[in-house]
Amino acid sequence: MAVMTYREALNAALSEEMERDPDVFLMGEEVAEYDGAYKVSKGLLDMFGSQRVVDSPISELGFTGLGVGAAMAGLRPVIEFMTFNFAFLAIDQVINSAAKMHYMSEGQFPMPIVFRGPTGAALQLSAQHSQACETYYSHAPGCKVVTPGTPADAKGLLKAAIRDNDPVAFMEGELLYNFKGEVPDDDDFVIPLGVADLKHEGEDVSIITHGKMIHVALQAAQKLDKDGIKADVLDLRTIRPLDMSAILETVRKTNRIVYLEEGWPYAGTGAQIVTMIQEEAFDHLDAPIIRVTQADIPMPYAKNLEILAKPSADHVVKAVNKVLYR
Amino acid sequence: MAQKKKKKNALLEHDISEELALDLMREMLLYRRFEEKAGEAYAIGKIGGFCHLHIGQEAAAAGSIKPLSREDYVTSAYREHTQAIAKGVNPNAVMAELYGRSDGSSGGKGGSMHIFDAECRFMGGHGIVGGQVPLATGIAWKIKYRGEDSISLVFMGDAAVNQGGFHEGLNMAAVWQLPCIYVVENNEYGMGTAFDRVSKTEMATKSAPHGVPAHVVDGQDVLATYAFFRDLADKVREGAGPQYVDLQTYRFHGHSMSDPVSGTYRSVEEVEQAKDERDPIAILGATLKGAGVLSQEAFEQMDVEARQIASDAAEFADASPLPAPEALYKNVWAEINPNGRLFFDGRPEQGEAS
Ligand SMILES: Cc1ncc(C[n+]2csc(CCOP(=O)(O)OP(=O)(O)O)c2C)c(N)n1
Ligand SMILES: [Mg+2]
Repeated sequence: MAVMTYREALNAALSEEMERDPDVFLMGEEVAEYDGAYKVSKGLLDMFGSQRVVDSPISELGFTGLGVGAAMAGLRPVIEFMTFNFAFLAIDQVINSAAKMHYMSEGQFPMPIVFRGPTGAALQLSAQHSQACETYYSHAPGCKVVTPGTPADAKGLLKAAIRDNDPVAFMEGELLYNFKGEVPDDDDFVIPLGVADLKHEGEDVSIITHGKMIHVALQAAQKLDKDGIKADVLDLRTIRPLDMSAILETVRKTNRIVYLEEGWPYAGTGAQIVTMIQEEAFDHLDAPIIRVTQADIPMPYAKNLEILAKPSADHVVKAVNKVLYR
Repeated sequence: MAQKKKKKNALLEHDISEELALDLMREMLLYRRFEEKAGEAYAIGKIGGFCHLHIGQEAAAAGSIKPLSREDYVTSAYREHTQAIAKGVNPNAVMAELYGRSDGSSGGKGGSMHIFDAECRFMGGHGIVGGQVPLATGIAWKIKYRGEDSISLVFMGDAAVNQGGFHEGLNMAAVWQLPCIYVVENNEYGMGTAFDRVSKTEMATKSAPHGVPAHVVDGQDVLATYAFFRDLADKVREGAGPQYVDLQTYRFHGHSMSDPVSGTYRSVEEVEQAKDERDPIAILGATLKGAGVLSQEAFEQMDVEARQIASDAAEFADASPLPAPEALYKNVWAEINPNGRLFFDGRPEQGEAS
């Protein structure tokens, strides 16, 4: 095990996979000479040269489509979005080209491409730069959605995503890049997509979440611990494919569920998961499921309003108390 | 003496009066001091998020916006604080917005990248590179639709010309002959990427495929810039159709507050040389002093006044209250539908939309 930052873990996954497979290349804004807007690709230009680590123009739709074409023709592109906020310009190529390609060609064109970058809010970046985007991508069949919350998950899942033959939206967190954790040394440390991870164990209540929000959930679990309430914190790690059996297991164990996500509530990821739980485990519920999300508004800039708008550990504790009828 | 004449000729050549030239100096000093103040406020945590300063590009703002009328529309990207001021937005309201306070131009909700002022026809403050270009085209569409004689002017950075929206916007403006001026504030870099690394053709060629006339202007020379935009705005108002301007400038600071001024992508020497040779305030200063229109003393007095407005703005912003918590749910929609309930997330205290 080595202790490294989330950023370093992503960097290691990229360099190992590029080492392993010459068809893997990285393209995006500022990824090469600038080392990446968030320094995730630091040093890769020196290691792999400018044919494989490529600075693009600010043409999101263009370089995303280029990646899709390259994948159709047999390469394995990793397309970096400086942030997923800018990927709205490119989502046509992700949904209409990448996600449907295999199906509409009846399997002739697999789509081994990764679209990666930070999603969600950082600090005071206001409405157009503070959006959790996973729901847009998980809505479309054909697209896989991965949201690692720790350095180990970042590394193992990015390696899996690059090796995967389907398009993967790989969503990181700007506020996670400096987060440190233990990561297995093994060059072949791969975490399969579609496997959730229990990040904290308890029997009274389940907090199900994904991505950066696992840290908010763990904070809440600690607060609850002091109050004698033991929470399961289930990290989905991938939104699609979804580890339904892990979800059902924690539901059957605690019978009380809070879903926590960074994005908006309306038709959000939580809405989907709540539906599936009630379809498959209605009899195991002792209380209605409560969701904790970003407030249902565009993100405001002012510091005090931003704090109110973001989901917090206190919101989670409140929701837990509610499902426990306390 | 011959030198003096030549300098005076610069005013004559551009048909700019001494008073106007002095006003342009006042404006540019204000923009410079305002941005410096914003930089200081950022450093002590009064301003958060991304903050992109316009220092070095003052002539581009003053020279292109000051010739416009109040009825003309200006739209921009995220490096827009001083452009808003140029269009008449109160510096206090701009600074309060940067501080995220209730007296800000968007009540603190927009921040540095999203300054809006409907009354001044300052149409934002947009954070997605190139996103504002089609909007300005739409504003020009409205002008033509209603038969008004205002014009729409939009700023973008050099990097924005690689976005599809730029080309789509220009094409439509040409097809429908809309009264829109597309201004590239060409400061040579998009973040850390020099323009020639991401384009095989020159900036001035970008509009030709769409049939939009192109112009190249020295955006560090405020007199030339002003004269050019004054004449161009008249032409567009009279029906000349859309125009495209490569307004050549340079940014003296980093891309945003969190980026280094220089680094891997440009050298310290390059920046220093630009500051020495291409400072728009120094350039106008030399002209006016050479022509005997502005004494050093009067210049310093102007600067004192500019600093005063900037520090007053900071004081105003600092004294302005934070937005009230109730503001959180306000203005998501213009109309509250009885079934348009916001909030589905288990935070009962936030209640219904208001
Ligand atoms: C669509 C989109 N992609 C990426 C970004 C991130 N970004 C913000 S500013 C910028 C550089 C833009 O440079 P330029 O257009 O030259 O304007 P300047 O900053 O020089 O004024 C980038 C890449 C963004 N805001 N929007
Ligand atoms: Mg630029």
